Amino acid sequence: MSADLAQTMDHSVSGHGVLARFWRGRTKYLVGAACLFICVVMLAPLVASVLASVKSTAEAAAVPPTYVPQTWSLDSYLKLWAYQAGLPVYLANSFGTAFMAIAFSLLLTVPAGYALARFPIPGKELLFVFLLLALIIPYQALLTPIFLMFAQLKLTNSLIGLAIIHTAIQLPFSLYIMRNAFEAVPMELEEAAVIDGCNSFQVLVRICLPSVVPAMITVALFAFITSWNEFLGALVMMNRQDTFTLPLILAAARTETSLGGTDWGMLQAGVTISIIPCVGIYLLLQKYYVSGLLAGAVK
Amino acid sequence: MSIYSTKSNRLTGLLYLAPALAFVAAFTAWPLGQMLWVSLNSWSLITPPKFIGLNNFTKAFNDKQFWVSLGFTLKYTLLITPILMIGGYAIALLTVKNTPLRRFTRAVVFVPVVIGLGASSLLWYWLFSTDYGFVNRLLLDLGLIDKAVIWLGVDADRSNWAIIVSVVWKVLGFGMILFVAAIQAIPPEVSEAAMVDGASPWQRLRQVTLPLTLRTVLLVTLISVIGSLLAFDQFYIMTAGQPQNLTATSVFYVYLNSFPYLKLGYGAALSLILAVIILVFTIIQMLLTRRSHA
Repeated sequence: MSADLAQTMDHSVSGHGVLARFWRGRTKYLVGAACLFICVVMLAPLVASVLASVKSTAEAAAVPPTYVPQTWSLDSYLKLWAYQAGLPVYLANSFGTAFMAIAFSLLLTVPAGYALARFPIPGKELLFVFLLLALIIPYQALLTPIFLMFAQLKLTNSLIGLAIIHTAIQLPFSLYIMRNAFEAVPMELEEAAVIDGCNSFQVLVRICLPSVVPAMITVALFAFITSWNEFLGALVMMNRQDTFTLPLILAAARTETSLGGTDWGMLQAGVTISIIPCVGIYLLLQKYYVSGLLAGAVK
Repeated sequence: MSIYSTKSNRLTGLLYLAPALAFVAAFTAWPLGQMLWVSLNSWSLITPPKFIGLNNFTKAFNDKQFWVSLGFTLKYTLLITPILMIGGYAIALLTVKNTPLRRFTRAVVFVPVVIGLGASSLLWYWLFSTDYGFVNRLLLDLGLIDKAVIWLGVDADRSNWAIIVSVVWKVLGFGMILFVAAIQAIPPEVSEAAMVDGASPWQRLRQVTLPLTLRTVLLVTLISVIGSLLAFDQFYIMTAGQPQNLTATSVFYVYLNSFPYLKLGYGAALSLILAVIILVFTIIQMLLTRRSHA
């Protein structure tokens, strides 16, 4: 903020020639320095984690820790690969759950968004409020009864069960995004299609869907990030280690105390691997991410 | 008249809506009803439920750990929220113009928002570890401390601050990006008019920028407060509630009762109390967003 103040101050003194130029130059550097400082502080933990993951086992356990690896090794990744049921199992669990959460979210909210945007359903707004129920009750509070229900339905220790919880968490957001997207589709094309003899399902698939693809990407993106990162629901529902998702097995590895304490190198290898998909997707789909965030939070 | 306004379309519309309605009924509404019922029972998974009326609630009222957890959660929320709001707004002001360096800074500050709280907590658990962590190494090298500090799990306040640092790093970008959008949405004529009138930067911030972004500031504050009141992952991973459950947040205490202890009735009652507290904030948030299409 001080840099911003300094920058705007430069307008108030702009009449004073040399002094003004001095301020303007200085402001530019101040803002630049502040930005670089912020970037360094924000990136340092991520860089530290990646570097720790490529140290040798001995170096990763060094006291005090080395800033920059003196030795380079993929040992931590190899150990993680073989840890407990093995990294491939945990990756498959995490990806499997996330893809099911994406599929469930789209299968539920694409038709529902279409219905809410277009059809003269009696009591529509009341039904919409009912569909947004998850907004007023945090899912953390619902986990106890959901666990009871899932225990009866044999959905504990099941990736499908976990995907259902992740879908439920995201449902209000997904539905809101899809309804708005369908409402923004111009009606003329649909009218022409109906005159040509299309039924509503054909209209949905052939005419509307292509127009709401960006909204579907937003829904899928947020469903993925939510599911990939979600911790408490997985902790409650999954108690067999071979059903753990990535965050769960890493949290378990944190408290591993056999053989001389936590394996810090392996833990940071795990952190690095769990961060990569999120950051990768964010960099690829930044536009959808930010627009989704704005729509979900402030509209 | 729209092509959709026929009588038969009422039924068709309901059919499209039915899967979502069934899903919410089964996985949100039904558990909510169950929670109300279970909270009135003494129930562990092994023994059948026994109706005990409001006993779980009077038990909570007299449960010291319940108040410790609630108090700790409120303290955490009160400490972290101003840091997130002021920090996020300051970075938003700094980077609000669309120059390459500022856009890059915004993208960098936002990166931790997309990674999981579990992953970031494991990362900071290591950074704050006494012997192996960079925080102590850096503070020792800078001469700010003379011997390694035990950050996590021994002193409740010190653990709290370490966790606050990690969470600020993780979520600062969330507020920043929303603040940037709000500040950029201020019509340029308004800022220019203030500038022509000779308002100082501080006056412009207080009398133009802040008032015109007030709704966003309030909304982000509410989202942040609700998120902090529901904090769990970072405490479970970084302190496991230690020392003596002094850093066990409200959700943590619900989790402990419902799952390791299997006191499901009591866990449901605690969930309900927490849900009511959160509901107050959610209602204010909804009034502000006017999200409903009605």
